[in-house]
Amino acid sequence: MKITCEEAGHICDKSQYKEASIWEIIKLKLHHAYCKACLKHSRKNSRLTKLCNNAKLQVLEESAKEKMKEELSKQL
Amino acid sequence: MPKNELQPEKWVDLYADYLFNYAVARVSDSELAKDLVQETFIAGLKSAKNYKGDAAERTWLIAILKRKVIDHYRKINSKKGKAEVRINYSTDEGEGDWLEERVADPFSKGGDDTIENEELGLAIQDCIDKLPSKQAKVFNMKTIQGMSTEDICNELGINPSNLWVMIHRARTALMGCMNQTWF
Repeated sequence: MKITCEEAGHICDKSQYKEASIWEIIKLKLHHAYCKACLKHSRKNSRLTKLCNNAKLQVLEESAKEKMKEELSKQL
Repeated sequence: MPKNELQPEKWVDLYADYLFNYAVARVSDSELAKDLVQETFIAGLKSAKNYKGDAAERTWLIAILKRKVIDHYRKINSKKGKAEVRINYSTDEGEGDWLEERVADPFSKGGDDTIENEELGLAIQDCIDKLPSKQAKVFNMKTIQGMSTEDICNELGINPSNLWVMIHRARTALMGCMNQTWF
């Protein structure tokens, strides 16, 4: 049942993307019960996820960037 | 303080996403925002000789982009009468009600929210730009584009444990970078 902090961190990362299994999450919660450092880390990690969602960030597709680079190099 | 120098060949990699998010927040149309970013780069190149090196490269580009956004709104408002706001009573029974009660849009989230989200977006983008480029790429694909682990691994030719290590490093760095203001 016991997991290391490293494993806990990994499960926590996965759960930010909803890729952790129920069983993994139970193990993580159990770990949090006695490891305050990981608990703190997990809270911050979830906060980061929330911030990223709120920000509604967008990225330019690679193809658009390539096109921009082309246009720019034409002018250079 | 050393003078800043322009490096146009790196502009797209360094600033395109940041400028793009800045523009999207202002014109709410991603196609248009893309064009504005492109125009900004071209305009930046043309006026490179006017760059005195006082401001950071990105600040300078943002200033150009700002002008482009303003020009865009000028253009669409230039037809006479378009900028006019008319308020009419929509039904007869509403006549005599206070017009002020009708101005607020019940569906708008309120200005503060929008401003805060925009600041937040640029702050995150800022921190992402400071990550090593491979980490930034993986983080973007996973978090912002929401791609599946498998697709990213196939596209970049890495295995899942590589991916999670990079995600972990990126997230830890971002938490540190965002720390003071947002946590």
